Order: sequence, then C-alpha cells, then structure tokens
Amino acid sequence: MLDALLPILLFSALLLAAIGAVRRVRLWRQGRPSRVPVFKGLMQVPRRYLVDLHHVVERDKYISHTHVATAGGFVLAALLAIIVHGFGLDSAILAWVLLAATTSMLVGSILVAKRRSPPPSRLSKGPWMRLPKSLMAFSVGMFVVTLPTAGILPEGVFQSGVGWFTALALAAVIMWGLGEMFFGMTWGGPMKHAFAGALHLAFHRRPERFSKRNGGEHRSTGLKPLALNDDHAKLGVEIPADFTWNQLLGFDACVQCGRCEAVCPAFAAGQPLNPKKLIQDMVVGMAGGSDANYAGSPYPGKPVGEHDGSPHGPIVGRDGGALVDAETLWSCTTCRACVEECPMMIEHVDAIVDMRRFLTLEHGNTPNKGAEVLDNLIATDNPGGFDPDSRLHWAADLNLPLMADKREADVLLWLGDGVFDMRNQRTLRAFISVLRAAGVDFAVLGNEERDSGDVARRLGDEATFQTLARRNINTLSQYRFARIVTCDPHSFHVLKNEYADLGTADMPARYDVFHHSTYLNQLLEDDKLMLKAWKGGSVTYHDPCYLGRYNGEYEAPRSVLKALGIEIKEMARSGYRSRCCGGGGGAPITDIPGKQRIPDMRMEDVRETGADLVAVGCPQCTAMLEGVVEPRADIKDIAELVADALIIKTPDEKAAQSKPASAAPRTVEEVTP
Amino acid sequence: MPHDASNTSVSHSNASSLNVTVLVSVGRHPLTARTRRADQDARAVEMALMLTGASVSLLHAGQQDSDHEEAIRGYLGMGIDSVGLIEQSPQADVVPALAKALRESTPQLVLTGTRAETGEASGVTPYLLAEALGWPIITGLAAVEKIEQGTAVVLQALPRGKRRRLRIRLPAIATVDSSAPPARQSAFGPAKRGELAHQQAPSEIDEDLATWHIQPARKRPKRLKIVKSSSARDRFKAAAAKAGGGGGQTLNDVTPEQGAEAIFKLLKEEGVLR
Ligand code: SF4
Ligand code: SF4
Repeated sequence: MLDALLPILLFSALLLAAIGAVRRVRLWRQGRPSRVPVFKGLMQVPRRYLVDLHHVVERDKYISHTHVATAGGFVLAALLAIIVHGFGLDSAILAWVLLAATTSMLVGSILVAKRRSPPPSRLSKGPWMRLPKSLMAFSVGMFVVTLPTAGILPEGVFQSGVGWFTALALAAVIMWGLGEMFFGMTWGGPMKHAFAGALHLAFHRRPERFSKRNGGEHRSTGLKPLALNDDHAKLGVEIPADFTWNQLLGFDACVQCGRCEAVCPAFAAGQPLNPKKLIQDMVVGMAGGSDANYAGSPYPGKPVGEHDGSPHGPIVGRDGGALVDAETLWSCTTCRACVEECPMMIEHVDAIVDMRRFLTLEHGNTPNKGAEVLDNLIATDNPGGFDPDSRLHWAADLNLPLMADKREADVLLWLGDGVFDMRNQRTLRAFISVLRAAGVDFAVLGNEERDSGDVARRLGDEATFQTLARRNINTLSQYRFARIVTCDPHSFHVLKNEYADLGTADMPARYDVFHHSTYLNQLLEDDKLMLKAWKGGSVTYHDPCYLGRYNGEYEAPRSVLKALGIEIKEMARSGYRSRCCGGGGGAPITDIPGKQRIPDMRMEDVRETGADLVAVGCPQCTAMLEGVVEPRADIKDIAELVADALIIKTPDEKAAQSKPASAAPRTVEEVTP
Repeated sequence: MPHDASNTSVSHSNASSLNVTVLVSVGRHPLTARTRRADQDARAVEMALMLTGASVSLLHAGQQDSDHEEAIRGYLGMGIDSVGLIEQSPQADVVPALAKALRESTPQLVLTGTRAETGEASGVTPYLLAEALGWPIITGLAAVEKIEQGTAVVLQALPRGKRRRLRIRLPAIATVDSSAPPARQSAFGPAKRGELAHQQAPSEIDEDLATWHIQPARKRPKRLKIVKSSSARDRFKAAAAKAGGGGGQTLNDVTPEQGAEAIFKLLKEEGVLR
C-alpha cells in the first residue's frame, strides 16, 4: 500500500507547493517593477548562499551547524525521496544516501528543538515552535520508509499484519512532514523562508553586496536615489505595493530569527521599533490582514493585534491607526546593525527610508524638529540655520587655504557642519594642526561648502538632498584635488557612496574620499608624523556606524591608536557589531521617546571596559556621548589624540631628515666612465 | 449640487460654505535672502486650513518668474491644490488687481500676513484693500473661534501675550503676525504638483513708486541710557528695561471720532502730517 501511497503523497504535496508558489509570486509582483537579470541571478544562488549568507549565519556557530545539518539533509533527502519513492527507482545505493540525509536532518532538527527549549526572546513562537517537530516527522518518516529499499528491512514488511498499522501511522507522519516542508514552504508556513530566501538571493535589489569569485569589495550601503522629475509619480512608499517587487520578496524571506531585534539600539532603548516586527508587518501588508498572528516581541509599548493593512492600503495613516505608526519609522537611527546581522540579507534601512520619503515628501509630516531642520537646510545650507557666510568664523586665526584661491590642492578638507559646533571645532583644529605638521598640501571650500545632504536624505527629504548634493558636486567640479578628507563619517559616506548616482557625464561625482582616521593612518605609515608615547589611562574605541558598517573601516582607527601606543580595551560590541551612539538618521532631530537613551547605553558599554577615555571619529558620536551625564569616560576624537601626541619638528630638523629620504628614490645614477 | 439641509445645524448653517481667501506673497529669508514662502502669510494659510469646513483659496499678485514660482509653490506644499496668480508687472500697484479679484470671488474672510518680506513691505496693503472694498480689518489675528451668521468671533493678539476677543462682521480682512500658530511643513510632492491658475489683469503702474529712492534698510542705532548708579542691580535693571516711549496717553472709552482726532493731532505734532 505504501508503495502506491507514497508517490501520490509526494506528488500532490509538490503540486500544492507549485500552486502556492504561483500565488506567492503573484503577491510579490504587486510591487513596483525592478529589472533583474533572471537567469544570471538564479545561477548565483548557490554561491550567494554558501559564501555570503553563510558568512553571516556562521557568526552563531551553533545555529550555523544546525542549519547545515538540517537544510543540507533536507534538500538532499527531498530530491532523493522524489527519485526513490516518487518514481520508484529501486536503488539500494540511493536509498543508503537517503538514509544518511534523513539522519543528518534528524540530528539538525534535534538541535533546533534544543535551541528552542525554551526559546530566547528574540525568536518567534507560534508556528515556529512546531517546526522542529515537523522536521523530525519528515526525517523520521522518510528514514523508516526507506529502510526496505535499502535492504535493511525485508521488502514488503509494511504489507501485512502489524505492518499495515505501522504503514498507516507512517503515512500520517510523512503527510505531516510533507505538509510542513513542501506545502508550508509556499503557503506561508515557517519553511517559506527557504523558498523566498533562495529567490531573494537571486533577485536581490543590491547585487553588489554579494562577494564575487575574483574578490574585490562587496558592499552596497548608499541609498538609492529617487526620481523626482516625474510630475505625477508618488514619491516614496505609501502602500505595500509601492515597494519594488524584489523588496517585497525580501520581506517574505525573513526567518524571524530576531538577530536584528537583538542588535537594534532603538529596540533596546524602548523606542517603538523592532526591525523584525517591521519586516513582518510588511509581510502582513503585502498579504493583507492584521498583525494578530505575529508571535515575536512587539514594538516596545505597542501591543500586537491593533494594526492591520492591505497591499493597497496605507502603511502609515495620516491620523495613525494603519499598519505601522509613524514613530516606529522615525525611531530608526539608520545604524544598519540589523542589515549587518540579517542572515536573509534583508534591507531594513532602505525600506524605512522609502517610507519616510513618503511621509516627508508627500505628507509633510517630519516630526519634532524635522521640519525646521529641513527648512534651514533649504534656506541656509546647514541644519542649524546659521549664516552660510559664517562657516569659517571659527577658523579666523587659522588662515586656512581656500580652494577658491588655490584652485588645486592634494587634499580637499571637507569640514562639514561641525564648523558651527564649538566642540567639533576643537576636533577640526586638532586635525588641521596634524595636517600642517605633516606638511600636507590642503585647502578647504570655506563658505562654498554646503551640508552634504546626509540628514535631509535620512529624514526622507530626497529633494533637498539632491539639491544640496548637486550644488556641492558643481562646486567640487571647479577645483582640482587628489582626494577629499573629512572628519565626519556621514559626509564621508555620502560623498563616497551616494554622490556618484547624481553625477553627470560632464560632471562625474566619483571622488577618492578618506575618513580622517584612514588618512592619519596613511600619514603614520608614510612616517610623516612623529608621536610621543601615550601616557594617559586606558582607552576604548567606539566605531561610528557610518565608518564601520557603512564603509568597512574598522582597522585604520585602531592602528592609529596603536601607533599612539594605546592598547584598546575593546567593548563587547565593537567592530561590525558596534552599538550606535543614537546620533544617526536624524534620530536626535525626530527624537522619539523611549525608556532610556541610546547614548546612555553606549556609555554603559564603555564603562564595562573600565576605560578612562573613549576614542571616537565622528562629530555626532562626540556630541551624543558627551551629552551623557558624568561620571563617565572622557570623549576624544582620534584627531585630538594624535594632535596631543605630536612632536613638531623644527624646519632644520626636517631638512636634515628629508635629505636621505630624497636620495633613496633616485633610481638612475650618473656613472663616470 | 446635492444639498442635505436636514442635518446641518443652524449655528453652522453657513460654515460649510465658508469661503476663505488667503493672500500670499513671496518671502525672503532674513539671512540668505533666498525666496521662500513668507512666514506670516504661511501662518495665515495655516489658520485658514485649521478652520473646519472652510474652503480655502490662495491668491497672489506679482511678477512671474521661476524664483517666485518656487516660493509660491511652498504654500501649495501645505496641502492646497491650486493658487490663483494675478500677473503684474514689477512696478505695479497690486491693490486694484487684488481688490477686483476679491470683489469677484466674494470670500467671507480674507487672511494675510501683516507685512510682506519683499517689496515695500510697509504693511499697508491690507488697509488699502479694506478701504477699497469697504470691509472691516482686524490686525494680529491669533485665532478664529467661531463663525456664524455673517459674523466671526476672533482672538486678537496684543503685545506681551495679551489676547482680546472681538466680534467682527463678515466679510472682513484679517492680518496674521508671528503670534499666530506656526505654519505646517511644506511637502515637496504636493508643492510640485499643485496648480498655478494664471489670471490676467492689467497692471496699474504705481507712479509714486517710480519716484522713490529705495535703499537697503540699516539697523538704527539705539541710544543707550547711561545710568550712573553705584548699585549693580540698578544698572542691570536699566540695561534690561524695555525702552519705554515715555510720553503718550491712553484713551479709554472714547468715540471713534475722538480717537481719530487724537491720532490726527499726534501725527501733526510729530510732523508726519503737514
Ligand atoms: S529581518 Fe533578518 S535578522 Fe530580522 S528576523 Fe528577519 S531574517 Fe532575522
Ligand atoms: S538601522 Fe539600526 S536603529 Fe534602524 S532598525 Fe536597524 S538596527 Fe534598528
């Protein structure tokens, strides 16, 4: 009987899965068009899965091993089951391999079950709690029915007597397993992540973020520009169907692992944001319905079950009460910790900014100081509303070389809006003294510089961003310089990664941009600076999000500190896992209340290391961390630390030193005959 | 037009058909001189938008160029579909054109800023309009409390946070200054999509204006009152004191004629009128 039943079960499960797949694909296709290379994308899946996705999963060794055993076992078992039991290929060898695959899967599912008893708070419950049992049902069921084929049990053992009942029970178990694994995969069960995830890897909106066989950088963190010239197009995302279809597909790939939730600073601070719930809400919106079935941690302070949405209904209602509340979107600091941690390569920040764009550009509803800051940016080119002609007042005594006079320089020093902030002026002074000590040929734009547009863009005001960016690009195009150096990671990111999209054929906007820590490191490596040994207390280093996760620069600041003779006491969360200071994405401007403040939590991380001083490399971080009440560690920019340790050489010392140096590169020497 | 009269309450019988026109002008940022929506006019638009059941239309008379257009679009970004644009030459006196347009559109209430940020910026336009139309004018409007049966109950802002409740007959002109609630954010999308409804009107050249000599205003030096006192407290009080006008008189409970008489006398004394 089983011989007849198994193919029927298998093929009907496959058929139902196929129907479900079509329905799911149609859900995604509600989104806006987005062109992808279909075949090439599909061919990339194995590599993207095995290299890129696994690279993220592997940060948690336990789950990485579990996933390899379970998923590897399942894929193999499913294929072989179709061949052996579906088409009835009577091969003992294949049967043995099938036995091995199901065993591997069983081991994996036991590990899954162990991880979930009891489940950590970041994991979702609900249907996810039955997943380990379903995995076991599939693997055990398949294992047992394969025993006769492998020749371990006699053929026909399930044909008579007790065998009949065993066969019946077995059929039920297999049906359960198949239901979860095949049917559930496309009809919205937990296994959906495998189906959507694989296609998401194939059709990802940012293919550049995946590694390539020949190496090279693979990072894609700049926001995508919004086309503003179409007079009738809606700007930003109002309804779920306004996302591109591959964004929707991406949301559907979420495994609800909660890694994003665990690292989200806004969630930890009790602000009403949980990146995992946000992604699930997008899935709810795409399929239509309410969030009542969500079985994970809610947005802090917002009970589950009070929001609902549909593919063509608003995500944020003008008076609240739709799928997501506006505060949720405005809580995000755009720190990208969630994107960095997400094993499914979901782009939370893109989605959040897309929805913010609608709120700002169409509703005109940027909360708190948002509207004022944007108005200032429009009228005065800086968020504080200061007179744009007073950009260099702080440096009246420094006699800074201006690009307008020099026309060309090796380094264009981008000062940023920190020029209006007294604390950051100290950092800038320090950095300029270092540049002068190293004899760098630099110049500044002075009053010609404008805000980079970072804050406007993160607040969703793409129009103001593009205006500022275009005008800056225009200014930059008039001068010749080898590189741009800046002390502000936000300007750094925007100039390096986001201006290029706005360049034109005759005014390209690709620059060689350096963060000052990278540049300092280069100066040190070239022996351009002499430093005294560090005599202060212990030091830790805070990675700015826009330098680290956005641009992958973790090493240079650390080696500068090392060159100073500092041994860094690393925080538990450092490097790619660094916790945001709370200053990014316009979060201090929109200022959504939570239970505690993000910078307080970060200074708590610092306190745990026992460091007396925290080295930073960003004006935002400096401001946020210094805003934490004492007693706390001191906050100093890397530039200040280097400036303090400088040994300034007198001119003749320099001349004496530079003689042998200039002799060295001479490769052709006069030979007397 | 279908009209459901049965459930409109009596006191609001004309609220649903309350027509409000806001006169808007091109503003100028105080620091950078970039054109923008004028702050007070934007507050006037905000106040109009907050009136329940009012249909709000915007009207601008002035030149037409891209800078101006962008500034005017700033008002559309507040959530209004179109703005009427009366094209006028740079030397024109806009009062006759505005008065004509208002006479034709017959709004019950006209709101506008107290003074413009560009041009003469003398703040006289609302008065001239009121005179031309024969409507009452109220300045420093802080809030509209109620509109019923052809009258409005409003709050007028007086210096130092004082408020005065007034009842005015409609139609009327009211000006709004910085004591009115701030304007909402102007959103880029609606601003870009809003319609500019061009209206042609002859420009009446302001002959006087041509003869005027116009130069940028300079801040007038303020005379410091030197207080010779040994007590720091007295010196501080003198320095922080509001420059009081000294003389002057307060008239209470006088007829309009008596009031006008007093003002007339003062202006003569000061040499403003000869
Ligand atoms: S969004 Fe990514 S990290 Fe967050 S729960 Fe889903 S799969 Fe996990
Ligand atoms: S970017 Fe940062 S703040 Fe925003 S959702 Fe992700 S982890 Fe949270």
